[in-house]
Amino acid sequence: MLPFFTLCLFILTCLCAEPVFSASPAPEETGLKIARDAHGRDEGFGNFTARQNMVLRNKHGQESRRQLRIKVLEVPEDGNKSLFVFDEPRDVRGTALLIHAHRESADDQWLYLPALKRVKRISSSNRSGSFMGSEFAYEDLTPQAVEKFTYRYLRDEPCGDLICTVSERVPVDRKSGYSRQVVWRDKEELRAWKVEYYDRKDSHLKTLTLGNYEQYLERFWRAAEMTMENHLTGKSTVLTWTDFQFRTDLDDRDFTQTGLRRVR
Amino acid sequence: MIRRSVLCRVLSGTIWILSTVSGFVLSAEPKFNRQISGRFSIESQWYPESAAHPDQRGHATGFVMEPELYLDSMESWSFTFAPFFRYDSADTRRTHADLKEAYLLLFGYVGNDEWELRLGIDRAFWGVAESRHLVNIVNQIDLVEHPYKELKLGQPMARLTWSGNWGMAEIFGLPYHRPRTFPGRTGRLRLPLVVDNDQVSYESAAGQWHLDLAARYSHIFGPFDIGISAFDGTSREPFLLPSTDFLGAPTLAPHYEQIRQFGLDTQLTAGSWLFKLEAIQRLDARDRLGRKVDYSASVIGGEYTFYSALGSNVDISLLGEWNSDGRGQYATNVFQKDLFVAARFALNDVRSTEILASILGDADSTSRVLAFELNRRLSDQWSLNMEAIAFLDIDQADISYEIRRDSFIDLNLIYNF
Repeated sequence: MLPFFTLCLFILTCLCAEPVFSASPAPEETGLKIARDAHGRDEGFGNFTARQNMVLRNKHGQESRRQLRIKVLEVPEDGNKSLFVFDEPRDVRGTALLIHAHRESADDQWLYLPALKRVKRISSSNRSGSFMGSEFAYEDLTPQAVEKFTYRYLRDEPCGDLICTVSERVPVDRKSGYSRQVVWRDKEELRAWKVEYYDRKDSHLKTLTLGNYEQYLERFWRAAEMTMENHLTGKSTVLTWTDFQFRTDLDDRDFTQTGLRRVR
Repeated sequence: MIRRSVLCRVLSGTIWILSTVSGFVLSAEPKFNRQISGRFSIESQWYPESAAHPDQRGHATGFVMEPELYLDSMESWSFTFAPFFRYDSADTRRTHADLKEAYLLLFGYVGNDEWELRLGIDRAFWGVAESRHLVNIVNQIDLVEHPYKELKLGQPMARLTWSGNWGMAEIFGLPYHRPRTFPGRTGRLRLPLVVDNDQVSYESAAGQWHLDLAARYSHIFGPFDIGISAFDGTSREPFLLPSTDFLGAPTLAPHYEQIRQFGLDTQLTAGSWLFKLEAIQRLDARDRLGRKVDYSASVIGGEYTFYSALGSNVDISLLGEWNSDGRGQYATNVFQKDLFVAARFALNDVRSTEILASILGDADSTSRVLAFELNRRLSDQWSLNMEAIAFLDIDQADISYEIRRDSFIDLNLIYNF
């Protein structure tokens, strides 16, 4: 009796499941497609330079500032190369961080300490740690390859004047500080407007809100303002981007260890 | 007298560099970038134990000025000028000035290769280890600055770096030797006799103007960073000869000989692990008894970091390094057979609070050096550094025996601009 029932159930499941699959793809596929599309739209920027200004605020409203310059070089078929140079606070002025990101393997990172004139290769395992004491973790700031998450499409819903598609993404890397993230992207340009971060205990840890989008080279959208709120501590960080310049004369040679010692 | 003439030469060299650069600045495009930055700090040091040697003070206050001027233009050249001055209330020898940097930097590209030339006074850092910087030989140690951190004096040099897909090669021409600084009669952390830098002598007939040569090749092989280096010239480490000063009182005269050194430094970066090795082979050096020896020394160890330890924001790094010196008990430093163990706590807070606690222990005796250091930013411009070092159960045969009573606490308030 039992095998017969099982067989019936199996056939029934197949019959039912089959049309569903062909009518609309699995949410995992949709989620992955959205992520690929969004990533694809940003391909070909070549390189850019910009300034970052951070205002760190604690729950009492006390503020602290960070100022840095950033250079990013797109590397086809691999992760980007990026260089962060700190201007403020003054005690870390001239400190520079060079990252060669990789799609498949661990990233390579070097830190230049101007007081000792020392270039130090550092571990790239620090994914979840705070960047400069801000509410941004390293993994929130470094561009993430599509392969570093699994995806699931959730729903469409209005966000402001736009219609957003909402997807969940789960980091593949076990060193990530998050169990999952929920991302709101507008359907037209696939720009991210909001990201909710859930910690390893799956409680809602942080929310990132992006705004003041501007388009560069008539193609690439960049948010000029990113606000990260930590719901557990009441702290927040406002990251403002200025002086975006695309397709400058940067190339591989600007992201070497020799060049790192020259950084100002 | 010798020192005064040296000062004159350094000054005239600086003026020459400055005039060359100002020539550059005037002839170049008027659009150039200028930055003035630096730090000013107030320091207080306290030695709780009574001194081992006569005249040594128990307390010192002072300040340090480290301004820096930087000019560049069109991303093809730059000039850096960084003088240093320390005033110390207890020790006139620790009160000292230095030119840490005064160099013209030119760089460019040939095909896929990159070249860089630095002319003037600069500092170079080689190596990977934390407990000591074994291979790092280009610059002289500014010993009065810190007993074991190996902070460096500026070194006149011509330094050519050439790098490409095949790695990085550097060659140094070092035309002038800087003698190591030593504490004076009233200073702590010294030998029973004061080292008299007016009585410096050299093996080379060229004296301090012997042209030393140094070179290093380094490359990255996946997770491995490997560097090999060589040095041929005047030793940075003096042999101290008994002498008398102009009043006939016993003193020590530093003698610098010609040595050769080959070095290897390598690091393996694997996840949260860093594995480190530095090794040297030094030829024609001396041991503690003054005998000529060729010897090798090494430091091998690792570092593991627990990032965001226990769900907090704190990174905890554990470090362990084993130091050895082929001269054994006749080594001229404390690292003859010593284990260094440390823990670093990076709080990753708004103030970038960092704590380092370490112990350096001798494998053959009871001697231990305990160190505790705290760094914390107070505001966007002010920061605080606190350090406590304790010399415990220093064995009479140990080279640190003469500083056994010089445990100290150091407080630094720093203004960054």
